[in-house]
Amino acid sequence: MNPSVDYVPLITLPVEWEWGLMKLGQVLGISILLLLSLAFLLLFDRKVWAAVQLRKGPNVVGAFGLLQSFADFFKFVFKEIVIPAGANKTVFLLAPLITFVLAFVSWAVVPWAPGVVIADLNVGILYLFAISSLGVYGIIMGGWASNSKYPFLGGLRSAAQMVSYEVSIGFIIITVLLLVGSLNLTTIVDNQAAGIWAWHGFRILDFTQFPSNILVGVIMLAMLVMFFVSALAETNRPPFDLPEAESELVAGYQVEYSSTPYLLFMIGEYLNIVLMCAMVNILFLGGWHLPWGSVESLGLDPFWTGVVAMLVFYVKIWIQFFMFAMVKAIVPRYRYDQLMRLGWKIFLPTSLAAVCAIAYYVTFMAPAAATSVAGG
Amino acid sequence: MLASIAFYVLSIIAVVSAFAVIAARNPVHSVLFLILTFFTSAGLFVLLGAEFLAMLLVVVYVGAVAVLFLFVVMMLDVDFAELKQGFLSYMPIGGLVALALFAELALVASAAGSANGAPIGLAPAQPSQVTNAEAIGQVLYTDYLLVFQLAGLVLFVAMIGAIVLTLRHRPGVKKQDIAAQVGRRRSEAVELKDIRPGQGIG
Amino acid sequence: MSRLLQAAKGALMLDMIGGFTLGMKYFFRRKATINYPYERNPQSPRFRGEHALRRYPNGEERCIACKLCEAICPAQAITIEAEPRADGSRRTTRYDIDMVKCIYCGYCQEACPVDAIVEGPNLEFATETREELFYDKDKLLANGDRWERTIAKNLELDAPYR
Repeated sequence: MNPSVDYVPLITLPVEWEWGLMKLGQVLGISILLLLSLAFLLLFDRKVWAAVQLRKGPNVVGAFGLLQSFADFFKFVFKEIVIPAGANKTVFLLAPLITFVLAFVSWAVVPWAPGVVIADLNVGILYLFAISSLGVYGIIMGGWASNSKYPFLGGLRSAAQMVSYEVSIGFIIITVLLLVGSLNLTTIVDNQAAGIWAWHGFRILDFTQFPSNILVGVIMLAMLVMFFVSALAETNRPPFDLPEAESELVAGYQVEYSSTPYLLFMIGEYLNIVLMCAMVNILFLGGWHLPWGSVESLGLDPFWTGVVAMLVFYVKIWIQFFMFAMVKAIVPRYRYDQLMRLGWKIFLPTSLAAVCAIAYYVTFMAPAAATSVAGG
Repeated sequence: MLASIAFYVLSIIAVVSAFAVIAARNPVHSVLFLILTFFTSAGLFVLLGAEFLAMLLVVVYVGAVAVLFLFVVMMLDVDFAELKQGFLSYMPIGGLVALALFAELALVASAAGSANGAPIGLAPAQPSQVTNAEAIGQVLYTDYLLVFQLAGLVLFVAMIGAIVLTLRHRPGVKKQDIAAQVGRRRSEAVELKDIRPGQGIG
Repeated sequence: MSRLLQAAKGALMLDMIGGFTLGMKYFFRRKATINYPYERNPQSPRFRGEHALRRYPNGEERCIACKLCEAICPAQAITIEAEPRADGSRRTTRYDIDMVKCIYCGYCQEACPVDAIVEGPNLEFATETREELFYDKDKLLANGDRWERTIAKNLELDAPYR
């Protein structure tokens, strides 16, 4: 042990245990941060929606309604859990759990700041993609296990919708991966450190490489928009909230759910939305880097760099979420065939073409520095 | 230590759920167990250090293929009594296949045992600093490019086949022209008429 | 050409941006929400709320049991029985309004020749049981006493337009 360390550990643990405890602490910290943020994001969502409709939104519980989400939480928790007689009980209760757990699990690889990540996987982006593709099970199982028409139809709709949009999300992610040359999320973020012109969504501003920046910039801006729209569809947010279209399907797959299981569905859904915000952030909007340069360029010591990075990341998530909320407020719901048309006939070919174009750019036009990250 | 605990837990879950796939009475449960099996196998891949394969397994099989399975099974109206009838008559063939599989497994296991702990087959062909996505990419797009493309072609042909088999062009079906709908102007769609009182629309 | 323009408009997301701007414009507008029990929207003098039977300033009830209101009531919510009182004047012995049937059309107050039955400004008379909504004469007179000031004011304000 280093004698100059000025604290004496109360207990010494084996390295494996220490590592395990540290990770456990991180998991707890991030979960609590997420849940707390979620409470206020939910309120924020409702407030934005209300403001556009000239309402004030929840404003009774706590100052400006700040505690509304907590009141809702207690209301949900203290209600009776109703399980329909014809329901498949195990699957019925498993479904919200799956949604909830998957929504949390995906946060394991999301980097909040340089080095602040629970598991810095080499295939981080694939992991996120995989977990978000699993999200459909919660919904489809919930719909089926309710043993009722509306939930079943809602579940099927939702499954078809999520599977369709996953394809284009996959291609859009590939365009970013081609530019970065790595599947690691931290590397993806650090590839955009230079400033707003290096952010993948705004490559068009990088006039140092004049003619090629137009090509890649236009494509990546389109990809940013498409990713955002696909994220809306993937998370069943309006205007693509057909699985729970209240005018036709009452509440879709959630019809038979009440109390805590419903709460779990709700939390899972919103957490997925926040995750999508984080993904847009990481892939296209520079993660924790500032518009005028990287956080490291501020010249703070490592601890404060981390804090600032986390703050920037967090604020960016809120801005993303504001966009999600605004879309909910201003766009009318799609019809199902329009949704499918958008996914398969517009997004899929466009993103496929974009992959080819970006591959062409990376191979033949990109400056050597951009491809060197691959390290292969 | 931790790795071996993880291995045993994952493999036990995988084997048990694989058994449950055929043992479950409800076909939807079967598919759900199948998904669990896929998922635990992905975990095993991670333990082997093949995280790229693991993620692909989850994305492709769990995220897409199994969803379609689940879809179909949920939609099907399965008659359990009818299914049970054929069970005994297929028993011998099924047993035979199971025996063959078991023999093959035993063969592999004995081969692995005789290698005295040296890794077989999956030994990394690349230096270890290359991530496994890159390692696979480098092999897949050089040595096995033709095979890879052919495999893709086979899937493509299968897809086209399915579309050709199911697509019918019926005459007299009204179809939407979405571009025309979206491109419609107010001037084309709305006409203001001056209606005199007492006359109505003639 | 218009197709091309439309495509360009779609590609540049002009519709989306327009919608967003409009949304943001409303976002910062003054909100229409009022804090209801503490704040209220302005009420017209013609507002047709809970019924009331009025009295003359000397305390004599106005209603002369002409039964015009009973006759005109489209929902047949009003029931009146009348007998001469001890002093010989014609008065109601029973004046019931079934507030569950009532559609608040205001015909009764239009029909009344002596401004006895009126629909007052009160709109907060929700009850916990159905029976409480079967108003009898006492209840209606009590309402009249309670709301007389406002009712008189409203009638006065509305008088020029009648």
